[in-house]
Amino acid sequence: MSDDAAVSGVVSAGVSGNCISRMLKSTAGKSVHFFGGLAVLFAAWWLGIHFITQDPSMSQFSDFAPKAAFEAMPGLWADGTIPAALETSGYRLGMGMLLAIAIGVPIGILMGRIRWFQQLTDVPFQFLRMISPLSWEPIAVVVFAGWEEAIIFLIAVAAVWPVAFATAAGLAKVDPNWFKVARNLGAKPWHMVTRIIIPAITFDILTGIRLALGVAWIVIIPAEFLGVTSGFGYAIQDARESLEYSSLMALVVIIGAVGYVLDTICVMLIRKFSWHRG
Amino acid sequence: MSVRGTKIEIQGLSQRYPTRKVPTFNRVDLVSPPGEALAIIGRSGCGKSTLLHILAGLTKGTEGRILLNGTEVAGPSPRWVMMFQAPHLYPWMTVTENVGVGLTFARWGKKEIAERVNDAISLVELQEFAQANVQDLSGGQQQRVALARSLVMEPELLLLDEPFSALDAFTRAALQKDVRSISKRLGFNIVIVTHDIDEAVIMADRAVIMAGSPGDIVHEMDVDLPNPRDRTDPEVQKLRARLMATFQEAANYRKPEVALAGAVH
Repeated sequence: MSDDAAVSGVVSAGVSGNCISRMLKSTAGKSVHFFGGLAVLFAAWWLGIHFITQDPSMSQFSDFAPKAAFEAMPGLWADGTIPAALETSGYRLGMGMLLAIAIGVPIGILMGRIRWFQQLTDVPFQFLRMISPLSWEPIAVVVFAGWEEAIIFLIAVAAVWPVAFATAAGLAKVDPNWFKVARNLGAKPWHMVTRIIIPAITFDILTGIRLALGVAWIVIIPAEFLGVTSGFGYAIQDARESLEYSSLMALVVIIGAVGYVLDTICVMLIRKFSWHRG
Repeated sequence: MSVRGTKIEIQGLSQRYPTRKVPTFNRVDLVSPPGEALAIIGRSGCGKSTLLHILAGLTKGTEGRILLNGTEVAGPSPRWVMMFQAPHLYPWMTVTENVGVGLTFARWGKKEIAERVNDAISLVELQEFAQANVQDLSGGQQQRVALARSLVMEPELLLLDEPFSALDAFTRAALQKDVRSISKRLGFNIVIVTHDIDEAVIMADRAVIMAGSPGDIVHEMDVDLPNPRDRTDPEVQKLRARLMATFQEAANYRKPEVALAGAVH
């Protein structure tokens, strides 16, 4: 028994040793791409502004340059603009996403499992999906008591479709034999959902959430242009009106960075919960 | 692990589909005593697989009934468990989790599940793969996991639907022997559906041949051979030849009234 344990210990140590060296290698490769790509982006930005400001009549554009933007960042952090925007926009995004998941996943499961439901809802869902979430804004403001709720609603509207469609598509790919085996072993209907469907399509749900999060993060900025006095959308609008272009560019960079971090978290979750090979 | 077998009584079982003129099979009667390993042999399309699905409670017959130790089969139950042609394991679960899945459906306690799963994994000799990802296993190992997943329920009856047909000859032979010896050791019944005469000779105590349209049991033969059975044993070869001859004769079988109807045309 102890011999077996020792052997398997050695084996697993060997395997994990390999994993670590492989991981280090791929991390090195990835970071070259990561910093290389960023460098190209910032070089293009810097060059663009550099050439525009060659013309003396365009000299006010120098505030849009990377240097000015990065110099403005500490100030924006210190005066609380960035932390406050992170908090409020983050809250709205989180609530909107939660709603979208809470509604989108069950709808997706119904679409994937029940044929007539899928057929009945196909046209209306495809129709609604194509309506820009922002076009609901005037209606949302009338329907909901405050702008806050209206913005959360807009985010949910934007995010619900990718979640629902990804869930349905994932379910359509589920091997029907998995249900037959489960039934054969005495599974109850709810076991099909909790033990088979959900783990089988976690990958697809998370992929849908990743897409939804991208759309939601894009929608939240214009949604915050109106009515509210907080969040990244408002901060951008505020910087534009007070002609603080360096702050505006600093906020644009932060918005991009936040979006990138959120997407990376999704990718990590997808990897963690995926049972797919290759 | 200890199980007892069950007396299987198939009484007047018929299966017809509304879209088809001829029933798949008509009024089939069959009895199998506790602990027997029964092989149902037949060509594809003779209804043998449908019969097995009805035995498992996964499909309903149009007429007749099936009694297991006097209880009518009305649906799936851990008492009668089916093993399919492919293992159909859950790729997001380890070997251990796959084997224990049926017990978690039945709300067993963690400790009991661990014990029984352990026993079942030892029975199919997969101890060193207990925590492995099932996607890393070979086809034969995966089918062993599926076998353990069935055995862990301690069924009275194990139904096998051509379970080894996708495996290579060597692995198939090993599993055929193992399933038979495990069933004899634990005492449960086996009903195996196959078109492989060798499989029937190696695994069964009795073989019945299904043929015709509608399908019916047209012959039966005791497979009275010593254990463990070896393909190269002359006794086994002799019985195999006899069963083969009977099978081929049965391939030309037609129910009298169907043959008559054919003659009129």
